[in-house]
Amino acid sequence: MAIRATESAAARVQAFLTKRGKGIGLRLGVKTSGCSGLAYKLEFVDTINQDDQTFESNGIKIFVDAKSLQYLDGTVLDYVKEGVQEGFKFTNPNTKDECGCGESFTV
Amino acid sequence: MALLQIAEPDLSGNPHQHNIAIGIDLGTTNSLVATVRSGEATVLVNHDGCKLIPSIVNYGKETQIGSQAATLRSTDPSNTIVSVKRFMGRSFADLDTTIRYPYKFVNSSGLIQIDTAQGVKNPVEVSADILRYLRNMAVEALGEEPTGVVITVPAYFDDAQRQATRQAGELAGLNVLRLLNEPTAAAIAYGLDSKNEGTFLVYDLGGGTLDVSILSLTKGVFEVLAVGGDTHLGGDDFDHRLSCYIMEKAGLSQLNDEDSAILLINAKKIKEQLSQSEKASFSVVLSTKRLVNFVITRTEYENLVRHLVQKTLLPVKKALRDAKLDKDQIDEVIMVGGSTRMLLVRQMVGELFGREPLTSINPDEVVAIGASIQADVLVGNKKDDWLLLDVTPLSLGVETMGGLVEKIIPRNSTLPIARAQDFTTYKDGQTAMTVHVVQGERELVKDCRSLAKFTLRGIPQMVAGQARIRITYQIDADGLLSVSAKEMMTGVTSSIEVKPSFGLSDEQIGAMLQESISNANHDMQVRLYQEAVVDAQALIDSVEKALYLDADLLTEEELSQINNAIMKLKITLAKAPDDYAQLTNKIKQQTDDLNQISSNFANRRMDKAIHHALSGRDINEVADKI
Repeated sequence: MAIRATESAAARVQAFLTKRGKGIGLRLGVKTSGCSGLAYKLEFVDTINQDDQTFESNGIKIFVDAKSLQYLDGTVLDYVKEGVQEGFKFTNPNTKDECGCGESFTV
Repeated sequence: MALLQIAEPDLSGNPHQHNIAIGIDLGTTNSLVATVRSGEATVLVNHDGCKLIPSIVNYGKETQIGSQAATLRSTDPSNTIVSVKRFMGRSFADLDTTIRYPYKFVNSSGLIQIDTAQGVKNPVEVSADILRYLRNMAVEALGEEPTGVVITVPAYFDDAQRQATRQAGELAGLNVLRLLNEPTAAAIAYGLDSKNEGTFLVYDLGGGTLDVSILSLTKGVFEVLAVGGDTHLGGDDFDHRLSCYIMEKAGLSQLNDEDSAILLINAKKIKEQLSQSEKASFSVVLSTKRLVNFVITRTEYENLVRHLVQKTLLPVKKALRDAKLDKDQIDEVIMVGGSTRMLLVRQMVGELFGREPLTSINPDEVVAIGASIQADVLVGNKKDDWLLLDVTPLSLGVETMGGLVEKIIPRNSTLPIARAQDFTTYKDGQTAMTVHVVQGERELVKDCRSLAKFTLRGIPQMVAGQARIRITYQIDADGLLSVSAKEMMTGVTSSIEVKPSFGLSDEQIGAMLQESISNANHDMQVRLYQEAVVDAQALIDSVEKALYLDADLLTEEELSQINNAIMKLKITLAKAPDDYAQLTNKIKQQTDDLNQISSNFANRRMDKAIHHALSGRDINEVADKI
């Protein structure tokens, strides 16, 4: 069981956390909504929940709740620039099908 | 695949339902759009990697915006609209006639419009084209339509200018959450709102304008204490000064337009270089094949433009005086606008206040960044229920008898606000009342800006002074106003609302503006005339009533004198007004005459009444009464 952040993603998260002035890490999760069934969740973390699993990757802490982890195991989080857009991108080996925009998926 | 941003804990939206908030600095020279991504405010770039989009629109064969339009400025000046912000919400009469514009202006019922190769355009449409360009930049950079936008406006913008700006936003398909004062946005960008208390001076030196604002922050609420500036002083003036100096040094005289432009561009470049290095130089070949080599040191440049920087300090001192503040009472000085990169500007402003001004945020971007931070809060991306309040820039009042302004909401009131005041009728049996909404600080209606006018009808017939009309002014968080009037005494209610901006058509706003500005003088004259007529009529009524009751108190000569005066006045009143002022004076004169002639009569009636009241009574009884 593992979740990873690339170096560039970790550097970004660290910078955002510093800028924000509080927070202990990043939460990855899935929500059961969206046009393809499940959707990614990406949030700052201020408090740890009981069922959270913690991963360390490139110097940042990533928190994932147990339920989400079964859909996210093996996921790599990257930070990319595509043209004028920039943001985080999930590479999830569990994904069978994605909606057109990639924000929701099925497993 | 859409790229994701980090949300605050428990605030992740559903997929495809991101709350994307953008802040727009719609500037005179340049415009910017910013957003908060993963908690960090960033200015967005267009395809060329540019953040600063020139606020220029060209209406040639195609509509070009930004830098593409800027390149057409010299070849197609009449279709290339620059600095359209100066025309926003302004009437044709407001046009500065001392400036030679290259446009074909059209006076559309008092409003400014510009005739272009693509037809007649008004300033709202031109601004909307700039805003649409910025919106498209945001859509491309964020992959989605923005949920809401905050647009900044100068602190001194009046209601009409704010409404025009909001309209432009709506025309561009944006959901305008709020208009925010530019200096307030700058203060937010520096996080000064978290201090809770303080007095700040914002020095905004752009390409063509200087805006100075003094803000006070109390209990998390910003108030504009004073504004000032110079609408025609900015970085361009520094470039001109330097370009003249270059001509002098190079022994050039009388350049053609192309060469002037070349020198000006190089002057600007050198000015910018001198903010980084001690020395700058360039060499160009002019159209006349003449080679110009030029070297200048920072000290030399600073001596050249020192008087211009000195000039920018005058409005600063004036604003301090207006706010009745000493410079020691300013907690922070914020530098805004590209021209504040000049070291001499920072130094001289710093010297004036004896403190380092805030310069850590890019001065071109600071306003857009502040706007995006506020927009982010307004769309609900931040948990703290931190809601920035703004204040009214000018007082709002109602016209009362004699053309005087009764202020209902004083300037610098925090928004949103509702204030009510009771008014009454001034004539027996009056069934209608005109509510004239005005904006400004002056005491006379004619010196203020007229915003709207409506009539409350259905007031039950009562003796003058008995009716109670409650007039309520309400300004929402956007600084937009609604007014209602309600008759209180009898419980009979008839109220009317005025929504001066939201959802108003161009024509309606146009009519409002036209009425206010072009007819202001006329309206006032008519009003004075009507007041005089009403006063005269009231006097005639009372004298005639007295004659009916007590004509026997007068000699025949006196009676005919009074009757003559009444007749003369009635004839004057029946005249169709041609020259209002003249007729008003005549009515007033004849009313005075009638008053004087009948004053003896009035005295005698008084004596008679007293005599009647006292006759047949014991003196002691009377004394008791007295």
